Amino acid sequence: MLAFVIRRLAQAFFVVVAMVVLVFFGTYVIGDPVWMMVPGDATQEQVEEVRRTFGFDQPVYIQFLTFLGDVLRGEFGRSYVHGSSAIGLILDRMPATLELALAALILAIVIGIPLGLFAGLKPDHPVSRGIMAVSILGFSLPTFWVGLMLIMLFSVMLGWLPATGRGPVISILGIETSLFSLEGWRHLFLPALNLALLKISLVIRLTRSGAREASLQDYVKFARAKGLSPRRIIGVHILKNIMIPIVTVLGLEFGSLVAFSVVTETIFAWPGMGKLLLEAIQRLDRPLIVGYVMVVVLLFVTINLIVDILYSALDPRVRLTGSQS
Amino acid sequence: MSAATSNPVPAQGEFARFASRFAEDRVAVFGLCLLVVIVAMALLAPFISPQNPYDLGRVDIMDSRQPPGTKAGDGFAMLLGSDGMGRDLFSSILYGLRISLTVGVLSGVLAATLGLVLGLIAAYAGGRIETLIMRIVDLQLSLPSVLVALILVALLGKGIDKIILALVVVQWAYYARTVRGSALVERRKEYVEAARSLGLSHARTVFRHILPNCLAPVIVIATVQTAHAISLEATLSFLGVGLPQTEPSLGVLIANGFQYMLSGKYWISFFPGLALLLTIVAINLVGDRLRDVLNPRLEK
Repeated sequence: MLAFVIRRLAQAFFVVVAMVVLVFFGTYVIGDPVWMMVPGDATQEQVEEVRRTFGFDQPVYIQFLTFLGDVLRGEFGRSYVHGSSAIGLILDRMPATLELALAALILAIVIGIPLGLFAGLKPDHPVSRGIMAVSILGFSLPTFWVGLMLIMLFSVMLGWLPATGRGPVISILGIETSLFSLEGWRHLFLPALNLALLKISLVIRLTRSGAREASLQDYVKFARAKGLSPRRIIGVHILKNIMIPIVTVLGLEFGSLVAFSVVTETIFAWPGMGKLLLEAIQRLDRPLIVGYVMVVVLLFVTINLIVDILYSALDPRVRLTGSQS
Repeated sequence: MSAATSNPVPAQGEFARFASRFAEDRVAVFGLCLLVVIVAMALLAPFISPQNPYDLGRVDIMDSRQPPGTKAGDGFAMLLGSDGMGRDLFSSILYGLRISLTVGVLSGVLAATLGLVLGLIAAYAGGRIETLIMRIVDLQLSLPSVLVALILVALLGKGIDKIILALVVVQWAYYARTVRGSALVERRKEYVEAARSLGLSHARTVFRHILPNCLAPVIVIATVQTAHAISLEATLSFLGVGLPQTEPSLGVLIANGFQYMLSGKYWISFFPGLALLLTIVAINLVGDRLRDVLNPRLEK
């Protein structure tokens, strides 16, 4: 187990280093950042001045080492637009994004698992066919367009839910969140549902195939023969056995929820770090872009690492096959 | 495969068998018909659209934001309404489809080529080269495509060529992984050994003998990935970092309608989105059926 953890840690480290190198070359070497900082009518002296101030006149390896040092200290410079520390801005916006992703994850589980179970246990029922058709549609629907349609339907036509913004937040244990108030959920529901759509389809499919497989197993037949109630068989015996793959996939998908929230946050004007990234891209705010990429990569690598280690703890076969290859 | 290409008769028989198996699923046939209609409409846009929406002489600003069915100043009925600039939405959608499909197909072909070559090299060469290529593939696949594409267009800037480049970068790894998987199985087979013993070069063995036998899964991936690319391009364009206003794909049209959404003028965003959805669904239906038909495990 220890060897496995160490190997995975080394892999995670490799990914982070690779990303640091890529981001450095992507942002610092391709294109001259100086031209984005100076006004169009700057004189040659002013350009040189900016170049010296920011260290762009140094050789590439020196610049890279400086960049590496900055990354290690979590310092990406000041945002050109906001004027304050890039990493501070990102961390400020992070709770809103994580809250949105978490709410989407909850929706995916609460909606996806019951529907998937139904479709898996009664595969020939017309409702099951309907569920599967909807889940195929869920994979095809362009997320951003669904977001627009949700706003159209629930905010403009029906007027039930607010279309934009986060709503009031309540501070709990020093973290501001809208998860604990009705008004907060009214703001949260549409963006979270929009973000969750793909994941709901995914959970339905996973649960369905898992339930179909499990319901044919001997232990289920035995439980039925023993006279256990269907509710107990489904709730305890089937659900417990299909949860491992679902939890794993959802864990891994949490990162992609954070990434996809760029789209959802923009549509619903949700003040998270995804919206911040998009504004930074439109304004070529380099420190913010670099900071965001590094924060998200770190988040991703950490999530993958935790899921992998948990998974191998739950299912020893993963460890064994991993060490053979 | 090489026997089939040199002799056209069994190849045709093979295709007929393939077509009849494909046609067993009515939903897939519907998807294929839908796709053919969409592609035909896109190709014929200049002939069948009531208006060239980008010919300033034909567009009248007085026609702007009209609901579906309104008669334009020129006398034709704007079936799907008009946008904020007075362009007929139906015509804009036809022209937009051309751009969306071009970006999707072109990026798919380029990504498939790159992925095929790298995947085959990885499988055939093995060793360090394989490890290096597959590590890059793993790295690529561990990051969500929308994020990688966003960052790339942020670095590269707007424009149709840059979007295609970004889409190629996010897609090639899927092809490389798939091709490597099937090429690893193929290269152990006798015909590869036979080709080598005949003194054929490595390149010829890989591209003429191994490659044709790895194509079935690639075709399936290609359909799914093309749908994905079209959707991703629309997403980026909607966010304002994809195609510029001068290349109005479906995503750009949807983005233009967004500002009118809150005042209840739903059609400017709704219909381009519907066109996008139908295109993606049609491609996915065909792809799903192809997966079943081409999967050797399901063959009786």
